[in-house]
Amino acid sequence: MSAPSYNFAYLDEQTKRMIRRAILKAIAVPGYQVPFASREMPMPYGWGTGGVQITASIIGPKDVLKVIDQGSDDTTNAVSIRAFFAKVASVAVTTRTREADIIQTRHRIPETPLAEGQIIVFQVPIPEPLRFLEPRETETRLMHALEDYGPMHIKLYEDIARHGHIATTYAYPVRVAGRYLMDPSPTPKFDNPKMHISPALQLFGAGREKRIYAIPPNTEVVSLDFEDHPFEVQRFDRTCALCGAAGVYLDEVLTDDKGARMFVCSDTDHCECRQAAPRLAEGA
Amino acid sequence: MYVAVKGGEKAIAAAHEQLSRARRGDRAFAELELAQIREQLALAVARVMSEASLYDAELAALAIKQSRGDLIEAIFLARAYRTTLPRFGESLPIATERMTIKRRISACFKDMPGGQVLGPTFDYTHRLLGEMGKAADEENVASKPGVPASCKMPGVAHLESLASDATASCPRVAKLLGNEALIEEPPSPSHARPGDITREPLGFPAERDVRLQSLARGDEGFLLGLAYSTQRGFGRTHPFAGEIRFGNVEVEFEAPELGFSVPLGEIEVTECDMVNQFRGSANAPPQFTRGYGLVFGQSERKAMSMALVDRALRARELGEEITAPAQDEEFVLSHSDNVQATGFVEHLKLPHYVDFQAELFLLRQLRREWEERHAAVTATQQPSREAAE
Repeated sequence: MSAPSYNFAYLDEQTKRMIRRAILKAIAVPGYQVPFASREMPMPYGWGTGGVQITASIIGPKDVLKVIDQGSDDTTNAVSIRAFFAKVASVAVTTRTREADIIQTRHRIPETPLAEGQIIVFQVPIPEPLRFLEPRETETRLMHALEDYGPMHIKLYEDIARHGHIATTYAYPVRVAGRYLMDPSPTPKFDNPKMHISPALQLFGAGREKRIYAIPPNTEVVSLDFEDHPFEVQRFDRTCALCGAAGVYLDEVLTDDKGARMFVCSDTDHCECRQAAPRLAEGA
Repeated sequence: MYVAVKGGEKAIAAAHEQLSRARRGDRAFAELELAQIREQLALAVARVMSEASLYDAELAALAIKQSRGDLIEAIFLARAYRTTLPRFGESLPIATERMTIKRRISACFKDMPGGQVLGPTFDYTHRLLGEMGKAADEENVASKPGVPASCKMPGVAHLESLASDATASCPRVAKLLGNEALIEEPPSPSHARPGDITREPLGFPAERDVRLQSLARGDEGFLLGLAYSTQRGFGRTHPFAGEIRFGNVEVEFEAPELGFSVPLGEIEVTECDMVNQFRGSANAPPQFTRGYGLVFGQSERKAMSMALVDRALRARELGEEITAPAQDEEFVLSHSDNVQATGFVEHLKLPHYVDFQAELFLLRQLRREWEERHAAVTATQQPSREAAE
């Protein structure tokens, strides 16, 4: 049996065109979830098939790709997806945020601000921000059509009534361009402000749920809140143990079974750059 | 014809004959050996052992061969054999924290004592048909000194995992969280005899020991579907894979006449500790709660599904509103057993002549009565309409 051969970036050109059409529509209607005919990919659903399909549809031979998971380039799934594209598209890959044309990510936005011309591709498990208030798709699509977002405000209000503050820490809902309620994917809410007026194009792919949505460059992205309970991000009362960065998202690492722990940058590229040239990175 | 009742015995004998031939397939190809199944289809063997509740790889391989690869049929065969075995007693609880680890991962922490040990896994492979890696062709791969497939974070001081005493350096992740009371205590060890669903009928409400037993032998696909439904909003449990570990544990048995425990041997198990967000209730402070999964062999899908469903089924105990199928104990436990389910679904193939005959009688009668009534109504309507005109 001869081994099957694959097209550039795995997907056939017809499929890529179909996905690009969905992407264009998503860009035209910011925050709106565009259904698309998601394909089987050679990795499991829930592992980034939506993001991989978007990347496969937009990547060209000259593009430089960066893949992160939890902010890190060396987590297993990031390594796997990066290796996949290096293999099926023979593209150059990098861990440097600044050098990348396309950044596929799971759960984080890099600390280094994105620039014009860059595209960040988010892997999305559940694209519907209203899903956990209403499990039925028929209902949630109607709610979006009618801009019926009251239940989400009630949910947040109930959090405040019970806990004194909003108890959503990741996948924190945002309003895009004053219209659609959108799930930013399970990024910590720490990263929400980075989506607002970002010069980069932000694309979101949910393979299993067959949805693509987008935030065009320089679009208003507002995290839901109340006048008397304004939106706040997580603040760490310490700095990275490896590079000393403050004001970045930190991972907690357990170092023994007696309760000892250290906090290090979740964004490994940012951390490595700072360690390599601490003075240059000062203030970055 | 199927109706030829007297010819039934001969027909059945002929069907068995055909089954036997079909099972063997084309004789131009070598017959499968049990050792090949056991060694090369190890995950199928693990599933049969788990859902048959019988840890015997040789018998599971035999069941797979006999069932032509139909795993539910194989589970059925193994269970039918298991039920004939005498029961000596209960082993001591296995100590999974002392597992000889082949794989151990946590999705909660980037790194922790013992590290992330990837081990043999399909995860992170690309599903490209025909690519099976090079190691398969190498001889004596097993004799290579272990290069543990573990990842380490640069810059972090490490306790060496997989060292001579791997267990000491690989504490449970849930225990690490427990030091801060961020996660609920595990249920305190009970000296009460655990229930046994193979010996006593299942009653509702079921205690957790019995529930976990049911889930452990429950159908992988059914539990997977239920677990998936909780992730999509039908009984959401906010899960994190606290820890999944796969490896060998020793089974010990305490014979009453000895007064001390003796090791019986080692078994391979996969254990999943799911950590779930919990906002607290009137009775319990906000803390992480847990769902638990344990299965024979390597089956992370099953162990994780079990843990998710276990946590969903704790809705009543934790005072959560019960709205979804996965939270409904009676619904889940009554339908998770695939041998029961396949038996009842497939029993529809059995003759139902007499019942069907009775239904035919009734249906004909009902239709006759309906037509009579209908005719009477049209008869009365017809003249009145004419009268109106």
